Amino acid sequence: MLHGMTTTRYEAPGTVADALSVMAAHPGAMILAGGTDLLVQYQAGLRTPSAFIDVKRIPELMAIEADASGVTIGAAVAAADICAHPVIRAWWPGLVDGVQLIGSTQIQGRGSLGGNLCNGSPAADATGALIASGAVAHIAAPSGVRTVPVEQFVLAPGKTALAPGELLVSVRLPKPAAHTADAYQRLIPRTEMDIAVASVAVSITLDPSGLCTAARVVIGAVAPTPLLVPEAGAALAGTTLDAAALERAALAASAAARPIDDKRGTVAYRTTVVGVLTKRVAAIALSRAKER
Amino acid sequence: MKLHIDTTLNQEPAEFLCAPDETLLSALRNELGLTGTKEGCGTGDCGACSVLLDGRVVASCLVLAAEVQGRAVTTIEGIASGTTLHPLQTAFLKEAALQCGVCTPGFIVAAKALLDVNLDPTEEQVRYWLAGNLCRCTGYDKIVRAVLDAAANMRSTRA
Repeated sequence: MLHGMTTTRYEAPGTVADALSVMAAHPGAMILAGGTDLLVQYQAGLRTPSAFIDVKRIPELMAIEADASGVTIGAAVAAADICAHPVIRAWWPGLVDGVQLIGSTQIQGRGSLGGNLCNGSPAADATGALIASGAVAHIAAPSGVRTVPVEQFVLAPGKTALAPGELLVSVRLPKPAAHTADAYQRLIPRTEMDIAVASVAVSITLDPSGLCTAARVVIGAVAPTPLLVPEAGAALAGTTLDAAALERAALAASAAARPIDDKRGTVAYRTTVVGVLTKRVAAIALSRAKER
Repeated sequence: MKLHIDTTLNQEPAEFLCAPDETLLSALRNELGLTGTKEGCGTGDCGACSVLLDGRVVASCLVLAAEVQGRAVTTIEGIASGTTLHPLQTAFLKEAALQCGVCTPGFIVAAKALLDVNLDPTEEQVRYWLAGNLCRCTGYDKIVRAVLDAAANMRSTRA
């Protein structure tokens, strides 16, 4: 309708297998989950799919399944469902920190975890916490299912590890080890509805004495993709997250940042702020881990 | 080619035809004649097109009409019970929580979604919940007050 001569189809397969068949039949199709990015881009003429493949009728893509070893979140599950889920709230408060920042109430009701990932934004608010907690993407292809660690899923702005014809089905989060907790914060110049100038997600594991045994630090909006910074995690491991350790982690995060100058912030500002956020977010993750 | 959609609209069975890429907002206004739902931005930023989809508030400009097959949609036209206004509508009138009125249907639909899950929200909760609804004339104080009044009113009626 909007694009004159071309007719964009609407398909709503009920299974992953049917979705893959429809994708194979319509190579120019795009996956429609919450539509909060795709339909905006479509109406602006930036995307011209031959078909919308609505994946919200596929049970696996709409389910949150918790078991003893972790949780599997369907790719089309809306932000509001993730933030309301008792097991996710209990085990990954840092993921909830990030997901609840995605847009307004109206957007929360539609925007999906898979969409946030597949959009491939360096500033995606869910992606950092997924990487910090060691999440794995489950991808369906005509040849079978494959898994990709989330830190390897986003390759460049707007570019992901999905090959043509492949569908992101779900994201699996392994249950946190004992005394492990995560946290996420972003900097924006207002209180609501903006895109991160810089962001940090941290997951901390403590031993019973309170010594940090492992840490994963992920920085966002300061590089072409969300970036796992092993040097920052290493600066925290083996410490009690004392001021000196936090300072070393902050320096490592700033050193790993490769930001751009744009209207949201300069290279210098982003580089500094990502270090400040690293200290703050690590301290929040620490206090949460101590309560476990 | 048009698609034939069966849905539940304002608690009644409904059917309509739509283009595969037509938004729910367009179908409501142009196919179904329900013009209470407004188009502000068309990009999900302003909340004027808010409707309830299976009870959850969404921007109907960012929903394809075809997606509501077999689902339940509530628009501003379905908020009152017959000729009896919803307490939110009464409160918006009483507080004069509107001026030009274009944002009002979206505010009322979004506020109803809040009161459906939380009949005793704090002012802060109301403000965050309605942060995706923009008003360009009245400002937000009267709107927030109207929502809090309606909630208080509904609590006292239920007690």
